[in-house]
Amino acid sequence: MEMKAQSIKAALDDAGLKWSDVDGLYDAQDGEGGGGLGLAAYLGFKPSVIDTTQVGGSSYEFQTAHAWRDITAGKCKVAVLSYGSTAASNRVAIGTGGRAAPIPTWASNMEGSYGGTLISNYAMVKNRHLHMYGSTMEQFAQISVTTRKHAMRNPEAVKAMTDLQFVGINEITVADVLDSRIIADPLHLLECCMVSDGGGALVIVSADVARDTKKKPVWIIGSGEATKYRENGGDITVSAGAQSGPIAFAEADVKPSEIDIAMIYDSFTITVATCLEDLGFAPKGQFGDLVKDGQLNFDNPYKLTLNTDGGGLSSNHPGMRGLFLLLESVRQLRGESTSQVDGAKLAVAHGNGGLLGGTHTGGTVILAKD
Amino acid sequence: MPNRPQPAFPEPNTQEYWEGVKAGELRYQTCNDCSNVVFTPRRHCDRCGGTNLATKVSKGEGEVYTYSVVRQSGMPGFREMGAYTVAYVDLDEGFRVLTSVVGAADPTKDIKIGDRVKVEFEKQDSGDYPIPVFRQV
Repeated sequence: MEMKAQSIKAALDDAGLKWSDVDGLYDAQDGEGGGGLGLAAYLGFKPSVIDTTQVGGSSYEFQTAHAWRDITAGKCKVAVLSYGSTAASNRVAIGTGGRAAPIPTWASNMEGSYGGTLISNYAMVKNRHLHMYGSTMEQFAQISVTTRKHAMRNPEAVKAMTDLQFVGINEITVADVLDSRIIADPLHLLECCMVSDGGGALVIVSADVARDTKKKPVWIIGSGEATKYRENGGDITVSAGAQSGPIAFAEADVKPSEIDIAMIYDSFTITVATCLEDLGFAPKGQFGDLVKDGQLNFDNPYKLTLNTDGGGLSSNHPGMRGLFLLLESVRQLRGESTSQVDGAKLAVAHGNGGLLGGTHTGGTVILAKD
Repeated sequence: MPNRPQPAFPEPNTQEYWEGVKAGELRYQTCNDCSNVVFTPRRHCDRCGGTNLATKVSKGEGEVYTYSVVRQSGMPGFREMGAYTVAYVDLDEGFRVLTSVVGAADPTKDIKIGDRVKVEFEKQDSGDYPIPVFRQV
């Protein structure tokens, strides 16, 4: 909670707003004593809107959509979203540990006997993608290569990799990824995100408040929310992004081909691959043509650029990364990224929460430069 | 013998499924109103919302939809197992289960998507319930 308080203060300072200006509190009910009840009391806010949407790592894209909606409806003017986690310090084995269910549930009773890890769930999606479309291990590895290139330019990412004692804190090649050990077939170590500490906050305000902020605002122009789960006969290579993406693009009235920055939830390479396809950046099954040869690197002339902060793969992933997708989108549209794309005007932040090969959510937010 | 985690009760949605497992049956449901195949088990139809469901017994035959071989696991009961599989299997009656494909000499090489598999009820070291797993045929 301390991390949330510090992040909110920093974000308000950045916007030139006061603690007492906050009248909307959005929180994913994570952390000790959090949630709408505990966090408001801890922070000392008396918000007129409290939203505690918790849908996994994409909670912040959902909350952004809700804050935008609530502000448009006149229910609040200055909304804050915040996140803080010490997953690394607490040695939480997010990817390979069990998900203990203290009370038996519908899901735990049907799945708990098989030892499925979070990583193996995503690995099953990758395996099916390889099988259905003839995508290649090299194509998936390219996502890690691009992400690491961006991470090496971001001092905070380098610090995270140093703190977590990464072996080889440098740019990597496709061969490096494929030579790293397999955690759950067919996912290699360097295709999996790190488990780090981290936190942040975002301030969303009404248009009249935005006129007087210290820094130029970035505008929310579209949002979409969706969920997807395992269905009999369903196609697990298609994510919730196939539903949330078109809703957001239609609302924003822009096309995927107009987007400069794609901040895509990179829990694993397969998450990026499916979400890029589902958002319409590549035909289904063909993300490989999009990511090849470092095409999505920040210094490549190709229009689209991917995960310029270094992503969950190489900069931070404290458990729910959705907030950082929004923060880096804002940096890019303000010209503040460590891998700045000249003239970036439009960004997409797409969060994926839960299990890509099971029950998950997709939240898409489209942002525009002032 | 393996020692997989057991289901726990009371849990009304899955009780009948596990009673079937104990009796050597792989049970699923269909909706009497709209004929939808319902699985994972529950007490309403996920297509029409109706509660008029019939319980049926599957032949237990199907194919591997996708799978992964877990090489690193911190889960009790699995940590010591070495590489093991988790898989989605599509049963011929039209439902998909999360399960494990057992019996392959080298699961990293000997299993393919699309392989035909059949259910078996794996006895456990402890607990009342065997666990349904699948073996290649």
